Amino acid sequence: MTQVIDRRLSGKNKSAINRQRFIRRFKSQIKKAVSDAVSQRSITDMDKGEKVNIPTRDTSEPIFHHGPGGKRKIVHPGNTDFVAGDKVPRPQGGGGGKGSGKASNKGEGEDDFVFQLSREEFLEFFFEDLELPDLIKTQLKSVVEYKSRRAGYTTAGIPSNINIIRSLRGALARRMALSAPYARELKQKEEELDDILAAHGEGDPKVSLLREEIELLKIKINNVPFIDEFDIRYNNRVKDPVPSTQAVMFCIMDVSGSMNEERKDIAKRFFILLYLFLERNYENIDVVFIRHHTTAKEVDEEEFFYSRETGGTVVSSALELMHEIIDDRYPTSQWNIYAAQASDGDNWEGDSPACSELLMSKIMPTLQYYAYVEITAYEHQSLWYEYEKVKAHFPNFAMQDIAGLTSIYPVFRELFSKQQTQ
Amino acid sequence: MSRNIISDTSEWSFELIEKYDQEIARVAANFGLDTYPNQLEIISSEQMMDAYSSVGMPVQYHHWSFGKQFVSTERRYKRGQMGLAYEIVINSNPCIAYLMEENTMTMQALVIAHAAYGHNSFFKGNYLFRTWTNADAIVDYLLFAKNYIAHCEKRYGVQEVEAVLDSCHALMNHGVDRYKRPQKLSTAEEQLRQKEREEYLQSQVNDLWRTLPIVDSMKKQQQETRFPAEPQENILYFIEKNAPLMESWQREIVRIVRKIGQYFYPQRQTQVMNEGWATFWHYTILNQMYDEGLLSDGFMIEFLQSHTNVTAQPPYNSPYYSGINPYTLGFNMYMDIKRICEDPTDEDRAWFPDIAGSDWKKTLDFAMRNFKDESFIAQFLSPKLMRELKLFSVLDDDEKEMLEISAIHDEQGYRKLRQAMVDQYNLSTREPNIQIWNVNHKGDRSLTLRHIQHDRRPLDDTTADEVLKHLARLWGFTVRLETVSDDGHAEVTHEVKVEK
Repeated sequence: MTQVIDRRLSGKNKSAINRQRFIRRFKSQIKKAVSDAVSQRSITDMDKGEKVNIPTRDTSEPIFHHGPGGKRKIVHPGNTDFVAGDKVPRPQGGGGGKGSGKASNKGEGEDDFVFQLSREEFLEFFFEDLELPDLIKTQLKSVVEYKSRRAGYTTAGIPSNINIIRSLRGALARRMALSAPYARELKQKEEELDDILAAHGEGDPKVSLLREEIELLKIKINNVPFIDEFDIRYNNRVKDPVPSTQAVMFCIMDVSGSMNEERKDIAKRFFILLYLFLERNYENIDVVFIRHHTTAKEVDEEEFFYSRETGGTVVSSALELMHEIIDDRYPTSQWNIYAAQASDGDNWEGDSPACSELLMSKIMPTLQYYAYVEITAYEHQSLWYEYEKVKAHFPNFAMQDIAGLTSIYPVFRELFSKQQTQ
Repeated sequence: MSRNIISDTSEWSFELIEKYDQEIARVAANFGLDTYPNQLEIISSEQMMDAYSSVGMPVQYHHWSFGKQFVSTERRYKRGQMGLAYEIVINSNPCIAYLMEENTMTMQALVIAHAAYGHNSFFKGNYLFRTWTNADAIVDYLLFAKNYIAHCEKRYGVQEVEAVLDSCHALMNHGVDRYKRPQKLSTAEEQLRQKEREEYLQSQVNDLWRTLPIVDSMKKQQQETRFPAEPQENILYFIEKNAPLMESWQREIVRIVRKIGQYFYPQRQTQVMNEGWATFWHYTILNQMYDEGLLSDGFMIEFLQSHTNVTAQPPYNSPYYSGINPYTLGFNMYMDIKRICEDPTDEDRAWFPDIAGSDWKKTLDFAMRNFKDESFIAQFLSPKLMRELKLFSVLDDDEKEMLEISAIHDEQGYRKLRQAMVDQYNLSTREPNIQIWNVNHKGDRSLTLRHIQHDRRPLDDTTADEVLKHLARLWGFTVRLETVSDDGHAEVTHEVKVEK
């Protein structure tokens, strides 16, 4: 009597709770891995999970077992040339010689327990107890879903994704490359043989020697493996979100002479974090980079972060440009607009009141959120005090000063923590 | 040969699975396999990973260690470093076997023959499983355990429960009765008994800790008696019954872990026999079906490729070597027994006078029913197979500088080799012999364990300390471990102090 049951639709993710418990148990280690990642990654690199290493010692579940030492016999298969009574030196450090199960294997395993935090979990960790301000103008374009899309080839994957043509093409190339020197030699030897045969006939002692060498070369060519693990290529697929809600993020940075590399680096990390945070909440995000000194310019990401300019500082130029771009391309009925500004606080004295005026009258009403960080170790200047006025009027305006690289993460959390937005 | 092929496509369907199952069942019955009814469950690869990480059980309580297992399985699977084993089968009645939806029809048929008829008949027939496990009740018991532990988590907090479970898991291998037969379980009874136990334990003052004044003459006598009177090898059982400070729910959790450990004990003792048996039968059944013209050549090639992978044994000097493959050893031993029955040589007649020339089906059935790995190897490992696998044994003595090849597959070596193999598969030499020795019940209530060394093999110190910490957590007072060397000399080697 046999019963066939289709269980595919029931009880998925049975291990979800166990996985959560595992993550909870090693929270401190994972958190550390996450914050390390933040200070090391670049913006293009952020959009993925994180490999977390936890020392095996911490995750191991101890049991009583034998350690190395004492006297024991182990049976192995595949004897080739041992006879009873042979003495062989003890293999050093692992190797094939460790037989009986757990005892020896675990004793040596000082490797880390490695696992992949998914992108979602990574970010979840990151944005724990953070919340964006209310989404007022969310406009659903379509249901949230992912679309799978081909994205080239990878060297690792599951067997069903092997791309045969790619793999075999690689194999062919490798075979040609590896056998080329032999083939060349072979051709040379064969010509030589023909010459000798034509000149002296079969009797020449060199003939048999050459024939042997030719045979050997043929064997060598044949021995180049037809296919190797190295050749295998897998189809790669990535999931693209089909947009459901969209947001645009303005990154405004001061690139005047007073912003040195270190300050820019801090600013960059600040933008990365905001970007990731938006990505968590919106399926489709546009990013607009605006850099300014005395005049403002819309640039691409590369130029934004990496090119240098010098000069004075007029912040309002950037705000003007932002306002124009919003009017032009991002109607508030369709876009959630966020802005992040990083500066060292320097501004042309007479420009600061213009900035707050511009923000309050034109820009803030269209924004979801405006975040300003001032990267300075000195006294605040006029811009800071003008912005404080803006802050008093708009609860969705936030400002904060950052002292150094190490304080980014905490500051970031504070900037977006639930309390502040309420 | 007439051809009446069941299917010629690699796609499976429910109709086809049923058809194959009918044929396999018919062939298996003709060979005399006695099985529990089968329940074949089609699952996805995610679900297979779930099953993997909860030691294959359909219902399991929650614990972080299963999450850890899941996380590492998932990672390796996604990177293509491992295929999922194509079968998980549960010793229950009905016998539950999982079929993965990604598999081809050939693989499904292979799994049905392997798990639903091979393993299934082993579970039903082997004496260890018959004695120690109760296939009718296991799923119910696991459900009871899961609910009970979930209930405890609600009442006492997840972390409290997790701490007890961690400690119990560390001692799981030392929570089995090796010689006493456990009572059969059923859920209703278990629930009733659990209530009764709880009430009883609450109402009792444990005699061990009686604090009434004692007359002098009795005092002397009492001091000399050890507690427990006999050393106890079932550490978890001892804890469950005697740990002084435990709450009743904690005792119940100890009991649950102990029961589940006991359920898996036969599996640990019959790995070679069990896998070998299932492999032998999928091979025999599918070949028989091919001979009857039911299977196509394409089917057979795919099947044989998979079969060969499973039974491949890399030699000791190969980079892929990781010990003797139980599938290879078991499969070859059953094939060899069949050969000895059907076509014995003079050597076989000398070594196996009882079975040479007998009916192979009966002999195999006898072998499956009445042995565990060590006795199975002691009884049936033939010189021919030792030669084929080119077995050799290495003596590793830490007092000598070199390793010694103590025996190889030759006339002088067969018996020594076989003995070495038996020891290798003997759980009681594989696992350290640790027993509860004494409780200082007049003084600080400390608990003393003894590790009785064999061939001077030491415990792994770091893990021993960790495990003792867990034991101390359960016991509530100082715990120490004495090591008894081969010459009988005892010495305290590990100690975990609990300050009160």
